[in-house]
Amino acid sequence: MWSNNMSELIDFMLVAVALVAVGIYGLVVKRNAIRMLFSIEIIANAANLTLVAFSRGLSNAQGQTFALFSIAIAAAEVAVGLGLIIVAYRLYKEIDVAEFRSMRG
Amino acid sequence: MTGGPHMADPIFIAVAVLTVGTAILALEARELIYGAIALAISMLGIAGFFLLLDAPFVAMFQIAVYVGAVAVLIIFTVMLVRTQALFTTKEDKKRKGAGIALMLIIMASLGALLLASGLNGQFGNFDNAQTVDFKQIGHLMLTYYAPALIILGLTLAGSVIAALALARREDVEQQHERTD
Repeated sequence: MWSNNMSELIDFMLVAVALVAVGIYGLVVKRNAIRMLFSIEIIANAANLTLVAFSRGLSNAQGQTFALFSIAIAAAEVAVGLGLIIVAYRLYKEIDVAEFRSMRG
Repeated sequence: MTGGPHMADPIFIAVAVLTVGTAILALEARELIYGAIALAISMLGIAGFFLLLDAPFVAMFQIAVYVGAVAVLIIFTVMLVRTQALFTTKEDKKRKGAGIALMLIIMASLGALLLASGLNGQFGNFDNAQTVDFKQIGHLMLTYYAPALIILGLTLAGSVIAALALARREDVEQQHERTD
């Protein structure tokens, strides 16, 4: 295994913070629905990273178990999110969230 | 090594730069398809972190689900929706500036909070912690978390059915029925 004896828990947490910040930036700035889905995925990945990092630090298997559940739920979320985007595209011919003015349809 | 600045593993730094860089590229790449590929690489980077954290099982799961399923699904959708709608990037310069400022504020404040939290050095360099065997994970999933696993399966099935129901075109199907 690639053992790492030099990086600490705090390093992984700082990377997770950077990823969350990038994801929030995307959610705030981007108006493209697929890009917003990307941002959500980045934030979910940062959360998984913290779960596994703490699991390693506390030598507790529950963190990894939760990370596995979280990954599976994220997959379901992407499937539904993309379904919604396709429906919205069909209705509006547009995937710009600012153009989804009404929820009709 | 307790507290204070320390040198991180060069592999760690490489994976960190790759992951965060491709995450930014996923949002900023001009064409959405390149963004989707960058997102897949970012997820591979996260899997690399899981390997560094001695969690190979989670890393394999991450690769199988995110790179194997989610990224391919996103690329398919991007190709389905691929028209001029994808190339119009209507963005306020002001809004973008505010977003970058918000990103930096979140990074600085959460980072400072983390460094001040006493977490720094608390777990040393993971020397005292034992690695988690994947058998332990399997045992937990089939004993204590068995109900959660069943609910997860039902949720996945439900969401797949929901996604199919959403993407179905009823108008086209009805037309076909009428002509038959």
